[in-house]
Amino acid sequence: MYPHAKYLLAGDQNIVVEIGNDISIDIHKKVRGLFIALTKISGDEIIEVIPTYRSLLVHYNPLLISSHELIRKIKKIEESLEDMELPPARVVKIPVLYGGEYGPDLEFVAQYNHLTPDEVISIHCSRDYLVYMLGFTPGFCYLGGMSAEIATPRLAEPRTNIPAGSVGIAGNQTGMYPIDSPGGWRIIGRTPVRLFTPENEKQPVLMQAGDYIRYYPITLEEYQFIQKAIEENRYRIEVDSIKKEV
Amino acid sequence: MEFLKIINPGVLSTIQDLGRKGYQQYGIPVSGAMDPFALQAANLLVGNQRDEAGIEITYPGFEAEILNDCIIAVTGGDLGAKINGTYIPRWKSIYVTKGSRISFDRLCEGCRCYLAVGGGIQVPSVLGSKSTYLRGGFGGYKGRKLQKDDVLYTSPDNAQYFKYAGRRLPVKDIPKYRSPFKIRVILGPQHEHFTPESINTFLSEPYVVGEKSDRMGYRLEGPKLEHVAGADIISDGVPLGAIQVPGHGNPIIMLADRQTTGGYTKIATVISVDISLLAQCKPGDKIFFEEISIEEAHQLLRYQEQVLKQISEMVKLSEDRKFIITVQGEKFYVTVEEWK
Repeated sequence: MYPHAKYLLAGDQNIVVEIGNDISIDIHKKVRGLFIALTKISGDEIIEVIPTYRSLLVHYNPLLISSHELIRKIKKIEESLEDMELPPARVVKIPVLYGGEYGPDLEFVAQYNHLTPDEVISIHCSRDYLVYMLGFTPGFCYLGGMSAEIATPRLAEPRTNIPAGSVGIAGNQTGMYPIDSPGGWRIIGRTPVRLFTPENEKQPVLMQAGDYIRYYPITLEEYQFIQKAIEENRYRIEVDSIKKEV
Repeated sequence: MEFLKIINPGVLSTIQDLGRKGYQQYGIPVSGAMDPFALQAANLLVGNQRDEAGIEITYPGFEAEILNDCIIAVTGGDLGAKINGTYIPRWKSIYVTKGSRISFDRLCEGCRCYLAVGGGIQVPSVLGSKSTYLRGGFGGYKGRKLQKDDVLYTSPDNAQYFKYAGRRLPVKDIPKYRSPFKIRVILGPQHEHFTPESINTFLSEPYVVGEKSDRMGYRLEGPKLEHVAGADIISDGVPLGAIQVPGHGNPIIMLADRQTTGGYTKIATVISVDISLLAQCKPGDKIFFEEISIEEAHQLLRYQEQVLKQISEMVKLSEDRKFIITVQGEKFYVTVEEWK
């Protein structure tokens, strides 16, 4: 982490506030704090903010505020960040049907790491994954914290269509596909939960930066049961609110 | 009320407004008009709010039947817009009667134009915007590009916009779209990741818009740019107009449907007012980049803002010079202008 954030111009309507140059919990914590503080500023000067691993992209309206003024404003917030208490993190529990046709690469991931499929599942479910940021496609979470024991390289030839809800591994990362998309991740399972709901204006995506994901295995019957509950709009996802370090 | 029925959608026609705001933190792209100046001008010419949705028409081929009397404006690229076979002026609002045919049949200048209608286009707003996001399959008209026989609707009280017929953009403010294009940029945010020679090359050599360019981004061909130490950075936010350079050394300019985040170094960012110009470049067109200061860029933006404001104030001066003349039962909306 830099002692003070770097302020970089990105054209005439955006400023990059760079907190550091690696992926770490401390940097994430500062990004999250700054993000929360910036979104609380009233008025139209700031149009929107994208929090990422180690920086924030601040889109502003230059007809209302100059870049100098804006940087001064953000620096002031940065200084007061130390005293700011972050809201508790959410731990969102995601049910996953592992293996079979919903997780065609589970066997490969197991073989590659000299484990049984059950061991892969239990390792995958043993940790809470921090959502560092969202990007790539609507609702896609960049997660940290996967065990190196189940790390597996991507497919040499990406699949043309991976169904929404697929849970996969790419190198030492794990993640989920919120919408149908092409991709080269090793797919080990699928969740029936909808991760992207464009019709829901208030909360179009399930996860937000700063949340944690906890996966748990379900059977095909449970998968179908949850799927039906979602269709009938009576499914409530399980969320813990716990005071993590972040 | 019915506005028009598509006879031929052309290569790519979509509903776009100024895009989704506030959802990039969730990975949801902004989308919206590729040429925001032309869309805003089209809206103001017909008396709409400037952020109303219009039809973005890419390349000639589009043809539609007008289903009710309305006022329209065509702005942006010159794709040979015709009403009932007669060319109509761009950057001017005109009154069109029910049963007319609007068509676009030749590529003269630029590559995309905007068709706005007084009263706007009625499609559901998804996440605060009527813009179509093709890759995500949502927004606009059923989340897809327009097809033959699609019927678009406008506001039922669209007659109240008839009085705006005749509004036009002053000739001096009409943009020209001719290759080679001069596109102004502000260096950064990662220009320090490039060799000084590459920055020089970038700012002096011509680049050609590649065939694989679309609403997401323009791939450029030209002298390769070299990184000091690798092309990859830890993924961060990608602003509109960011010029990213992957390891192969060819720049890609990120546009309306761009991903919200990306892991390539960005050598420079196109200034706001030149995004519209860039949107009119087509594959094969040449681009020269020119560096300017942020102060100059803001000055240019303020000027563009004035131009748009003038359009919306225009009508107040001439509202009383508009008449409806009925000839043998057929209504004509006419404007009396001073002859100079």
